[in-house]
Amino acid sequence: MVKIMTKVLISIVVLVIIMFISGVVYTVDETKQVVITQFGRPIAEIVDAGLYFKKPFIQQARYFEKRILEWDGDANQIPTKDKRYIWVDTTARWRINNPLKFLESVGSESLAHARLDDIINSATRDAVTGHLLVETVRNSNTIIDNLIKDEDVTKSKEVIERIELGRRNLENIIFQKAKPTVVQYGIELIDLRIKRVNYVTEVRKKVYDRMIAERKRAAEQYRSEGRGQRAKVEGLMEKELKKIGSEAYREAQKIKGQADAESTKIYAQAYEEDPEFYAFIKTLDTYKNTIDENTIMLLTTESEYYQLLKKSEPKK
Amino acid sequence: MDFTTPEELFGKAKQDFKNIKRSILPILPIAAGIFLLIMLKGMIYSINPEEVGVVQRFGKYITTTSPGLHFKLPPIIERVQKVKVKRVYKEEFGFRTMQSGVKTRYSQRNYNDESIMLTGDLNILDVRWVVQYQIKDPVKFLFATRDPRKNVQDISEIIIRRLVGDYRVDEILTIKREEINHLAQLQMQELLDNYNSGIQIVTVKLLDVNPPQEVKAAFNEVNEAKQEKERLINQAWEAYNKAVPRAKGEAEKTISKSEGYLLDKVNRAQGDAERFTALLKEYKKAPLVTKKRLYLEAMTDILPKVKEKYIIDSEQSSLLPLFNIRKEGGQ
Repeated sequence: MVKIMTKVLISIVVLVIIMFISGVVYTVDETKQVVITQFGRPIAEIVDAGLYFKKPFIQQARYFEKRILEWDGDANQIPTKDKRYIWVDTTARWRINNPLKFLESVGSESLAHARLDDIINSATRDAVTGHLLVETVRNSNTIIDNLIKDEDVTKSKEVIERIELGRRNLENIIFQKAKPTVVQYGIELIDLRIKRVNYVTEVRKKVYDRMIAERKRAAEQYRSEGRGQRAKVEGLMEKELKKIGSEAYREAQKIKGQADAESTKIYAQAYEEDPEFYAFIKTLDTYKNTIDENTIMLLTTESEYYQLLKKSEPKK
Repeated sequence: MDFTTPEELFGKAKQDFKNIKRSILPILPIAAGIFLLIMLKGMIYSINPEEVGVVQRFGKYITTTSPGLHFKLPPIIERVQKVKVKRVYKEEFGFRTMQSGVKTRYSQRNYNDESIMLTGDLNILDVRWVVQYQIKDPVKFLFATRDPRKNVQDISEIIIRRLVGDYRVDEILTIKREEINHLAQLQMQELLDNYNSGIQIVTVKLLDVNPPQEVKAAFNEVNEAKQEKERLINQAWEAYNKAVPRAKGEAEKTISKSEGYLLDKVNRAQGDAERFTALLKEYKKAPLVTKKRLYLEAMTDILPKVKEKYIIDSEQSSLLPLFNIRKEGGQ
């Protein structure tokens, strides 16, 4: 039983191998599509993957890629409408969607690439030269709207231009121009994008200079802001100190005035009762305080102190 | 050898065939066995845990198999491609990792072509980033585009540059990084899905975003100036904080002192007044005596202190009063 099975299996495999070698059958991979030619003349195209039969020797299978292919052009130096020189590097995705036509018109991928180079490069050049540089760089005007919202003094003073199209639309212009042109080659252009936009070297140097100048200006502004703020704080301090000092002085004087007034009132009330006696007492106090060991005193016998002395003198 | 009849010839051939058959017969099972083994080897395959197998029969996609051991028809008929769907792949832009590890080494070459780009305010930035991606659909991955990796690279550059072109240089350097990461991931995914690429973007991360080498110094200067500004302001406030609270304290001291003066003055006045009032009360009872007493008491206090005393009698006015002029002071 096993022997028979083995024999059958081996026979099948051998048969298949023979058929493949002889060219009766052929397979089409998921990634490929095939054009059948008879004596060089295309007669059929096969897009679906699987096993197929053909007439051996007189028919030939030509394979083409079915998947999406990439196209990456060389960067082009193009002047923009505002006369700035830039490098523009585009990339595209394409597919052989009509293998028969493709075989007839270009025949191979490398030739197709050459055609795409011509078409896309010229479309790119046309689109870029007709527009300002900003249109190739920016995609929207949000940058300007944001700028209006937060007005930061340190930010670039350079005026940012509004854009009308933007990169995405520019890509579309190029794409729409190139797409119909490639149909004749059995090619479908799927997508086209600007990959890189850069200044040419000389312009780049100027931009660097501008950036440096701008930064220096910003740095200077920060420094002067710093000095300004410091002066402000110093002024504030000076004012505070003066205010505190003078307020304290005013308050203190007011209190002292009260003190003097109060005490004066008290004294006056007391002394008012007998001003004469007060004068007498005060005079005595003044004597006590003003007469010291350096004082020379002249006293007449008329004075009260010596009156008694004189009176008690024995009469001559 | 020569044969006379066809029968003889036929018989001979039959005999020969039998001979050959007899000699081959013993090896035949061995040959078949080897052949079977070879076939079998092409019929068994295993799929690792991180991958799946995409099976094609005569080039046509049949099925996707999961990790484990599987059977298929022999190589000419069925073919399996293994796709690592769990693995996260990485693409680097503007730099290259030479050798990753604890201390990753990076290529010293510059990749300015990739990393130098224009910002929305037409400045230039050096932007480096990574993109991580996975294969979400192995069938699309294999059959929809020819070079998925190139697609990821191109799309990544397209999107990042387009986004950078929509911001100002300062925004990209500071606050908008997260936003750009997020938008880049969304927009890249959209494009990749357009191509049916079967790729899932896991993450997009901006790494180093720097001003170009040529202007770096100027950018640093701005940062230094910012620091300096902060420093100047802080210094001024420091001086303020040093002086003002002290002045406030001293002001309070002045006021307290004056309040003390007030208390002192009033208390003393009251004291003096009370003393006077008391004295006056007693004085009024015997004015003359008290007055005299007070006068004499004062004299008792004063006179001993006085250095020189001269007493002049009015009745002896003819006599010149005698001055004892001290010489000490004059000489």
